[in-house]
Amino acid sequence: MHAEETVSAADAALSGDREAAARAALATVDPVPGAAKPDPILVADRVMRRFGGLTAVDVEHVEVQRGSITALIGPNGAGKTTLFNLLTGFDDANEGHWTFNGDRITGLPPYRLARRGMVRTFQLTKALAKLSVIENMRLGAQAQRGERFLAALIASIWQPQESEITERADQLLERFKLDRMRDEFAGELSGGQRKLLEMARALMVGPELVMLDEPMAGVNPALTQSLLRHVKSLRDDGMTVLFVEHDMDMVCDISDWVIVMAQGAIVAEGPPEKVMVNETVIDAYLGSHHDTPLSEAEEEEQLAEAEAELREEIIEAEQERA
Amino acid sequence: MNWDTIFSVSIEAAIGTNAVIYTLAAIGINVQFGYTGLLNFGQAAFMAVGAYGLAVGVATWGLNFWLSICIGIASAVALAIILGIPTLRLRADYLAIVTIAAAEIFRITVRTSNYRDVTGGTDGLQQFSGAFFDINPYGKGQYGVGPVSFDDRTMWVLTVGWILVALCCLVVYLLMRSPWGRVLKAIREDEDAVRSLGKNVFAYKMQSLIMGGVIGCLGGFIFALSTGSVTPDSYAPEVTFFAYTIVILGGAARVLGPVVGAVIFWLFIQFSDQILRQAISAGYIPNSVMDTTQVGAVRFILVGLGLMALIIFRPQGIFGDKREIALDAR
Repeated sequence: MHAEETVSAADAALSGDREAAARAALATVDPVPGAAKPDPILVADRVMRRFGGLTAVDVEHVEVQRGSITALIGPNGAGKTTLFNLLTGFDDANEGHWTFNGDRITGLPPYRLARRGMVRTFQLTKALAKLSVIENMRLGAQAQRGERFLAALIASIWQPQESEITERADQLLERFKLDRMRDEFAGELSGGQRKLLEMARALMVGPELVMLDEPMAGVNPALTQSLLRHVKSLRDDGMTVLFVEHDMDMVCDISDWVIVMAQGAIVAEGPPEKVMVNETVIDAYLGSHHDTPLSEAEEEEQLAEAEAELREEIIEAEQERA
Repeated sequence: MNWDTIFSVSIEAAIGTNAVIYTLAAIGINVQFGYTGLLNFGQAAFMAVGAYGLAVGVATWGLNFWLSICIGIASAVALAIILGIPTLRLRADYLAIVTIAAAEIFRITVRTSNYRDVTGGTDGLQQFSGAFFDINPYGKGQYGVGPVSFDDRTMWVLTVGWILVALCCLVVYLLMRSPWGRVLKAIREDEDAVRSLGKNVFAYKMQSLIMGGVIGCLGGFIFALSTGSVTPDSYAPEVTFFAYTIVILGGAARVLGPVVGAVIFWLFIQFSDQILRQAISAGYIPNSVMDTTQVGAVRFILVGLGLMALIIFRPQGIFGDKREIALDAR
């Protein structure tokens, strides 16, 4: 651990160890909410989203370090997915502005953000069921000549590009171990395979920033390990990863930096080891009185809350399966 | 029972003008609904603006026939844009509501007496098809094989109509195997996923709506030319629903689905019509059960039964892929 921290970010990048590089770059960052990063790819300011009387997201300032794996964690209902939707243009913020690579991208539609290299996946996987796996992959490629109406009519205009795209798609399918399913309908894949397909398809876009919304949700433990490895490999290929998760253990394993949200706001930030023991974070997850004795009434209330949360998770899992 | 008549009349219907008109309407719906997932319930309006564009152009404004055809097509494009701009950003069902309403608004507006000078009101417009039949290569007479025959005017309409059907099928085939078609099919499955992959979903939906609308408008031209007149009430909502029936019968998202669907649909309608009529006149069905005036309604009951049987036994339609339907059940 100590040796890693003394390696400078530039040295590590040169030697090809991007994990060490990301860690080294973030080692100097003060672990407080809204901390400034040495080389941020995504910067958001005063992002606010209200649903009627409920403020779902109220983020003062947040930066995501380029070339790192940043985890966005928090208990259910903390506003992680809502923040994701705002940043990627799938939802409109009431206030706030944010930049990607220094360019203001507030209010841009999702497809423009994807073209700039900011690609997201979804919590409920969106495999295009009645398209084959390879067609799903091809769809991700950008600037396709054959996607224009008139050019589409003449195959010789787009065929060469299509072959290149197919080649790239086949390589990615092999890497994600989906090559056996190449010509099956995406709807026939298992839940975990769909997650893999969605990630591989996002890579077809050629993104700089990959935003994964709960990539591990509803995936069996064996596949989780493989998914984690794939997430790491994205960073090792030079991409920046921002992902939402609510399982802390999973997060510690792979992330270089952790941002914790609770009740719409960012309550803590820092390297995973430090965030794990942070008082505010534990409070956010377990409630602020978890170490003080409870009155009987409080105990009942917390039990009911926990049960409600459990029920919600079961429903979520069922939806996932459906 | 005169089986010769039953078969010849049925076959004439299966390849006749109605089959052509509804094939074109259904190809349009297949592009919009089958491939893109857009619920356009106003296909009758696209046919009507095409037909009225032609008729008003020639009969009311005295313009050239071909210029009026262009007016018809331009009107269909304009209608698609007007309907699409407010609704294509919203959920799919809004388009369904707006299109069916727009189709009725158009029909009711052109039949009001206020616009009688332009649209001819409930009587509609006639005498606009002269230029079309002037270039009819078929000489006067009946043409056909055996008992199946058409007159020279119908032959000309059918020739042009089936050529248009072939061209439309070719264009749909070329487009749907291209990356452009892939985007449409992906939008049908999940438009948010397509957005996240850098595609302008709104623009593709609009292109699909326009393309389907223009193909429907070609059906409107054939309708107008085959009868030599346009009347508002021939573009009632059931026209759209027949076209949907045809798409589902043939198999959605299949290039030849609408063609086969339309042929079978009209074959079935005319066949059941003839059987019922002849059975009544021959006394096999007593007048106490039903008489010939009720045949028109009863044959649609039979169509309904046929559709139910189709959905139960072959939900993917004639050309559809059973595996695709199985995916929906997962």
